[in-house]
Amino acid sequence: MNAPQLDALVASAPEGVEFDDLSVSGEGPYTVSIAGDSHEVDEPGLREVAGENPWFVSNWYYWTRVVGAGGARYDFLRWVERADERDVSERYEALSTGVSRTWGQLLITAELGEDGKRRYALRHVENAEESGLEPYDDPLDARELVKHDDRGRYRPLSTAPTLPTGWEFPDLSGEDLVRAVDFVYPATVANWHRERQGELDVTHFRETAERQSGIYEIVSQLSVEELEAAAEACCVDSQCLKRRMWDEDEETELDVDRGSGEFPCREPCSLFITAARKFVTLGREETRAYEFELTPTEKEQVEGIVDAVAEGRVEEVREADLNEGANRYRARYLRARRMTEEGLSGTPTYPEDQER
Amino acid sequence: MQALVIVGHGSHLNPGSSAPTFSHADTIRETGVFDEVREAFWKEEPSFREVLRTLESDEVYVVPLFISEGYFTERVIPRELRLEGWDASAWDSPDGVSATHATLRASDVEKAVHYCGPVGTHDAMSDVIVRRAETVTGDPEVGEGFGLAVVGHGTERNANSAKAIEYHAERLREAGRFDEVRALFMDEEPEVDDVTEHFESTNIVVVPLFIADGFHTREDIPEDMGLTDDYREGYEVPTEVDGHRIWYSGAVGTEALMADVVLERAAEAGADVGESIERIRAGDAGVAGD
Repeated sequence: MNAPQLDALVASAPEGVEFDDLSVSGEGPYTVSIAGDSHEVDEPGLREVAGENPWFVSNWYYWTRVVGAGGARYDFLRWVERADERDVSERYEALSTGVSRTWGQLLITAELGEDGKRRYALRHVENAEESGLEPYDDPLDARELVKHDDRGRYRPLSTAPTLPTGWEFPDLSGEDLVRAVDFVYPATVANWHRERQGELDVTHFRETAERQSGIYEIVSQLSVEELEAAAEACCVDSQCLKRRMWDEDEETELDVDRGSGEFPCREPCSLFITAARKFVTLGREETRAYEFELTPTEKEQVEGIVDAVAEGRVEEVREADLNEGANRYRARYLRARRMTEEGLSGTPTYPEDQER
Repeated sequence: MQALVIVGHGSHLNPGSSAPTFSHADTIRETGVFDEVREAFWKEEPSFREVLRTLESDEVYVVPLFISEGYFTERVIPRELRLEGWDASAWDSPDGVSATHATLRASDVEKAVHYCGPVGTHDAMSDVIVRRAETVTGDPEVGEGFGLAVVGHGTERNANSAKAIEYHAERLREAGRFDEVRALFMDEEPEVDDVTEHFESTNIVVVPLFIADGFHTREDIPEDMGLTDDYREGYEVPTEVDGHRIWYSGAVGTEALMADVVLERAAEAGADVGESIERIRAGDAGVAGD
């Protein structure tokens, strides 16, 4: 607490202060109550009581004057320091050593700053214990920082669990913290806040599909079975950290797990719609029966390759691990042995073309 | 409070597609005339669908970083922003190049949304094309002895796509600074492939009216014009082709002066932009670049 904060408290008394276990009212004498302990005091008395409880004053000042009560940013910052779980004393004790929360793959740490204000740090959760990270202070830098994953690949989906590591914002104000989070995971704070207010506006798949035009008009043809498979392919925790709140429509829930993310997904995203368009065209093809010969191990190898690609494990398969079906030498050997110009095991994809 | 939202196409595949939107937003941020400046994309995040809810301002100016009036600016963007009662006639642009702005409400937020015409059809865009020609030749007086080709995508599906290109070519021709000015296209006549046949001038500045550098501006157009057989090998500026010297500039949308067009759009829709337009014109409001 500092002198201006105390002055602001005295000046606010006539209209009444009521915040986090601190209440002050009156125009002198004043009624001041801190954590249930109530006093009738004159102005010097008010200053004395407040001075003995500096945390309560700086806490009131920070939340009402620095952050500004209400709204998504306020609620988010309160959530970060667990304001609804701990009283002021517990919170200040915790904040003196740092309170951390995860938000997707982000680790947010709140600490006490000067005069009871807060300072926030932001980094990848996997870098929790590391020092020597690349420091940044401008939230705008977050846009470029998260554009590529640690393998250098472009991340078209912000909430994919591929957030790059190695950077930190060591000292942000509350406003800049929320801006940085919003650049890393756009609109997640706004939608989380709406959900907490009971006002999340969910647009289900059918409604989203009906809205599409141009080349995306066809996504409304996706069947419910295909939609289930599409959600399983794209919307589970291993692919996206949002918690899926949309279903086929208001009546028809999808069986696919919604995910355990902190922030909700209120509508199929543009990447999902692009994928759905491809899935619709795939679904238009009829299946046919093919006959070709593979050894049991080769069949398992094909299954292993599909699995490795689907799980994004291809890069993890060691160069010399010949026991892995998705090993590159094994895949090249399979191709050399079983694939000809006609296709797998010499079986043409379109036999009718061969016969002509 | 007033906010500016610059909406761009973005890409699921090309990380550079959003770069011009970011850099022009940064230039305008530095002027400090808007309480909030936000980027939004069709293919990236925040999506058009969610950007308005991330703002605290009550007045929002939305400027599309698109070249022409048409499918995206008249249909997709207003729909995705949930602009209630939107109708393309609100822009009062029967010729497809005269859109100004319309004020509407979005159905998911309590805000006034001033939806502006695209940057590509604004008169100030002609100045950006000229600035681009100055930048690529390194000559602030460039004009005499030079031909200027304004290149568009062109498509049979949308007549407005060519109109924006022809509009600026006509304005620049009338301005008389360059000896010759032509509108050329990738996918319709007259084609950029035959660029040298359309000019008598030895020196030809070629400015593609595209927002971002990507597949078309980096690969197709240089190869089509014969600057290089393979874009990966690069090309010189200028490159000599059939006895002409071609000064190829890359996408006009990456020119720093584009931020000025964005501000012009917002100001015409009622935004208070102070003297920021003059500052950007004078080049002292930060650097955008590619």
